[in-house]
Order: sequence, then C-alpha cells, then structure tokens
Amino acid sequence: MPFVNWLKRHLVVIAGTLTLAYLLLPNVIVTVFSFNKPKGRFNYEWQQFSLDAWKQPCGVADMCGSLSISLQIAVWATVGATILGTMIAFALVRYRFRARGSVNSLIFLPMAMPEVVMAASLLTLFLNMGAQLGFWTILIAHIMFCLSFVVTAVKARVMSMDPRLEEAARDLYAGPVQTFLRVTLPIAAPGIAAGALLSFALSFDDFIITNFNAGSTVTFPMFVWGSAQRGTPVQINVIGTAMFLVAVLITLFSMLVGNSRNKQRA
Amino acid sequence: MTTLTEAEAPPPLAPTAPEQKPPRKRGRFTPYWLLLPGILWLIVFFALPMIYQASTSVQQGSLEQGYKVTWHFATYWDAFSEYWPQFLRSVFYAAGATVLCLLLGYPLAYLIAFRAGRWRNLIMVLVIAPFFTSFLIRTLAWKTILADNGPVVHVLNSLHVLDVTNWLGWTAGDRVLATPLAVVCGLTYNFLPFMILPLYTSLERIDGRLHEAAGDLYARPWTTFRKVTFPLSMPGVVSGTLLTFIPAAGDYVNSELLGSTDTRMIGNVIQTQFLRILDYPTAAALSFILMAAILAMVTIYIRRSGTEDLV
Repeated sequence: MPFVNWLKRHLVVIAGTLTLAYLLLPNVIVTVFSFNKPKGRFNYEWQQFSLDAWKQPCGVADMCGSLSISLQIAVWATVGATILGTMIAFALVRYRFRARGSVNSLIFLPMAMPEVVMAASLLTLFLNMGAQLGFWTILIAHIMFCLSFVVTAVKARVMSMDPRLEEAARDLYAGPVQTFLRVTLPIAAPGIAAGALLSFALSFDDFIITNFNAGSTVTFPMFVWGSAQRGTPVQINVIGTAMFLVAVLITLFSMLVGNSRNKQRA
Repeated sequence: MTTLTEAEAPPPLAPTAPEQKPPRKRGRFTPYWLLLPGILWLIVFFALPMIYQASTSVQQGSLEQGYKVTWHFATYWDAFSEYWPQFLRSVFYAAGATVLCLLLGYPLAYLIAFRAGRWRNLIMVLVIAPFFTSFLIRTLAWKTILADNGPVVHVLNSLHVLDVTNWLGWTAGDRVLATPLAVVCGLTYNFLPFMILPLYTSLERIDGRLHEAAGDLYARPWTTFRKVTFPLSMPGVVSGTLLTFIPAAGDYVNSELLGSTDTRMIGNVIQTQFLRILDYPTAAALSFILMAAILAMVTIYIRRSGTEDLV
C-alpha cells in the first residue's frame, strides 16, 4: 500500500499544515472581507467586491483616533517595560542578592494570572485612590503586564552569554561603561529587542485590562469591541490586513538582513 | 555596570579609568538600584491591587454611601453558590481548548523543529504574524467562518457531525455559532500560538542523534516518539498548557463574541459585575476565587509534572 506508507511518512507534515491553515484562516477572511461592500451594518457576509474601505481607511468616525491612542500607549509601554525589565533581568542574572526568590515570583505571578483578575484588582486600586481613568491608567497597566515578559526574554539571552567576552574586554583595558556599551549591550540586544517587540504586540492588542481601566478613553481594540455591538465597519478589516502585512514584511526583511550578515561573517 | 560580583572580584589588575569608582564598591548596591524601579512598579500596580481587591471583597455598602470593611465573608459563599455553573464552565472550556491546542499544536511544533528545513523561518513568521492583527478582529472573523449558512456548518451538517455534537450538548440545532463548540473553537484558536512556541523551543533543543540512537535500537517511529521525543518535550508541554489554560479560563471575549447567554464564563460575570452592575464586593470575591483556584491548580500541576525549574 504505497499510499498508506506515504500517508504514514507525511502524517506530521499534513497535520502541521492543517494547524497552520487553522491559524491563518481568520487572517485570510479578514483580508478578503476588507474588499467587501456589506449590505447592513455588519461585515460578516460576502456581498460584492469594492475598494471603498481601502480608499478611505479613516472614513469611520473615531477609528483612526483610537488607533493613534493605541499606538502611543504601545510605544510608551514598550519603552517603559523594556527599560525596567532589562534592568531587572541584568540584576537577576549578574548579581547575588537577598530576596531573589521573592523577586522571581513577583516576576512570574503576573504571567500566571488571568488577565481579568489583574484588570479587576487594578481597577479597585484606581477606584480607591480616586485616580482619573484614562490614558495614564492604561499606560500604567500595560507597563505592569509587559514587564515580566521583557524580563523573561532578556534573562534568557543574558544567561546564555559567555562571561569570558566581558573579561576579555576588561583585559584589553575597557572600562566598565565601555565594556557594557561595546560588549554586553550588543550581545544582549536580540533579547532586549525580542522583549520590546513582545511588549509592543501585547500592549497594542490588549483588550481585557484596558477595558477595565480605560474610563472613557477608547483604544483600537476597544473600538473593535464596541463595533461588534454597533456594527462592524469594513475599515477595521483594512487596518487588520495592513497590520498583518507590515508585520510579515518587517519580519522577512529583518530575517534577510540577519541572513546576509551571518553570511558575511562566515 | 560591571559583571564582577563581590564573591569573585579579583584584585583589579587592569588599571581602571581614574574617574570611575572601583568595581567592587559599585557591585554592592547595584542589584538593588537595578531592581528598584521595576519591582516597585510591580508591587504598587500588581501586588497592592490584590490586597485592595481582597479588602473590597469583604466590604459592604453601596455606590452612593460608600463601602466599609465589615468582614462580610458571606459574599464569597453567595457569589460562589450563584455563579458556580460559570466557574465550572470556564474550567471545562479552558481544559477543552488546552487539549485541542496540544493536539493541534504539537504536530506543527514538531514540523517546525524537525521537518521544515529551509521553510522553518517562514513558518515561524506565519505562526507569529497573526499576533499583529488585533485578536478581536480575528475572533470576529470566526463569525463569518462559522456562519449558519456558511460552508463549514454545511459540511458538518452533511457529514452528520452536528448530530453527534448536538447529542453531546456542544452545539444546538443546525448552528455552530452561539454554542459551546464555537467558544471552545475560538479559545483554541486564540491561544494556539502560546502552545506552539514553548513546544517548539523544547523540541528544538532535542539532540537529533537521540532519534537515530532510538532507531538503531530498533524502536519504531511511534515508540521513539513515545519514549524519547515526548518525554524530552515535557517542559514545553507543561509551560504550553499553562500559557493556554490560564488565559482561557479567565477569558470573556470569545464567549461574548462567539457564544450566547448559555455559554457565559466566569470572566463574563466578573466583567459585568464590575463594569455594568457595579457590585464591587461580589466582583472582587469572584475574581479572588478565580485567582485562588488557578494558583492552586497551577501549583499542583507544576509539582506533579516535576518541572519546578519553570518558575
């Protein structure tokens, strides 16, 4: 039975490809429906091809405003979480100090907590303090939950670093600052970049924590959530498609650059 | 910043720049300065809110007259006895989604780690890239995919799959949308990458020669997988299941967008209590029960699977 044998040999490939299809199917739908011209308020059924939404991506009231708020929050949350998280990661890998265990669990717990719990408890804090909910409370929350992911990413990289490289730098008369800037930081950079990228994606796409702590500020995910009740404009599909394409292009580009660099070195 | 710790600091052989302090002295307090801002942030905005939440859950009062701590623990009992079906449902849905993620994610992670060859990076990009499209938009796309008169429902119907799922109580009538199946399908979809990435990381570390060795010792491929590959990938399985189960158990987005009032999970209840009914003590108690339940389950799970170095 050659067919059965072929099936047996390629079972993993077939199953994996099916999973990949499952993962990508919604993106295909989002893209296709960005060219739709829906009849009613909801963009769930295919009617006819149209470029209207692509021609006027900001044609929906408040959508691009919410997009810009989301971008601002994501940028600042990334900056904040990356700086604070990188510092913690270096402290954890490079130094011995007391309360190390407690620090580790304080880093781990936010990742092991359902978002809705963090969201609800943070809201009780803000309500008790009488804080005005809005941009700043969202930013505070986002830095909080991105922090742990940055620490994890940077820690993994710094841990796998060869300490002899830094010793060599010192032997060659580099001062501590010079060693850090010229040796340590470049080696740790991929970990820091990974942490920053993750922070940006998490913050930009966060809904649950934002929904609790946003007050009347509307981020892009909150706009989409609201539109699921009021009627989904085609433009959210345009934004979704554009974001997907930009992400794929940036990743492919960085991979190409990385590959050619590796080749040059080799 | 210097790498020298107090313990291993040798006498400085290399002359340091005169304006810099000797490394030894810098090293003593450096870790604390490095930790301070981030840890403070986590204490104030993560740990402290938990305490506030605990205190809110034993308060009584109303929005107009304010709340007072009265140690009214009955809130917990009332909340649990009223909402235990939603708790149970959350656990079932999350467990179902986790199992599905493992079943779907393992082959793909295996494929990327061992069989993808030069396609590896491209597939990785395709796994991660959907993250950049807002997950709400992607979840809404499932409304189109599972639509009542769409091809998926049609195929399932003509293959009589829906008869089986109806009998199991997973779907109702000729619909998939607004049923538990749709919610679990959405949860599985949303958290699948969180399963695939840790699985891939631990599979990728496995030395390929182990597979050869198993083959040399006359192990069939399935035996090799069962006795060599799968046990070695356990760290990935454990962290993947945790990364899937925990957020899925607290999720309310999929239930709200793809489900109905009969699929409400505990996240939906907490959200409604907090943001619409404004019954803060009940909401805080529910959220506290959820947290305690998840922490307990996670601890037992990590102990039993013997991968405590995860933390």
